[in-house]
Amino acid sequence: MNHDVNTIFQIAGIGIIVAMLHTILKQMGKEEYAHWVTLIGFIVVLYMVITIIDDLFQKIRGVFLFQG
Amino acid sequence: MSAIDIIQIVGLGLIATFLVIVVKEQKPVFAFTITVFTGALIFLYLIGEIQHIIQMLESLAAKANVDLVYVETVLKIIGIAYIAEFGAQIVRDAGQGAIASKIELAGKLLILTMAIPILTLIIETVLRLLPA
Repeated sequence: MNHDVNTIFQIAGIGIIVAMLHTILKQMGKEEYAHWVTLIGFIVVLYMVITIIDDLFQKIRGVFLFQG
Repeated sequence: MSAIDIIQIVGLGLIATFLVIVVKEQKPVFAFTITVFTGALIFLYLIGEIQHIIQMLESLAAKANVDLVYVETVLKIIGIAYIAEFGAQIVRDAGQGAIASKIELAGKLLILTMAIPILTLIIETVLRLLPA
């Protein structure tokens, strides 16, 4: 539980940092890089979310007798 | 599960909500992922407790000599309802009410399909009770 709660802060932190990088890169006129940074940040966050969703679905399968 | 756990869950929800509000200003996508993550986390936390309840139900059914197939069907139906509700709420939160309605429709249809053996059994029993 404790380890997992940290992930929420990690996601929020990544979101804020990516937003900052996006703004800075946009100010520098590198709009394409800004979009790539956003996309990669999103993929990293999505990986975290998918890990826990996979865990959740496996647990639900086990609990509700979904083996069939 | 002690009483302190509800405080933890409420605190988790509040913190997640604040973070979502902060992040939503800059990047709504990340705010949405925080929502999904928090939902999954709370659900994961609760599933252990659900397991206890289900074990109790199973032992009750075994004591009452109920066929385990029916209990299993009921459990599967509850599982489908939980998953469908979880997905539909997340999708609706993201603003896609139409997709959420379709997920709910799929959940209802699958539940109905799983309940067909039980329904046929009930109808057959009622028909047998009726005088010919």
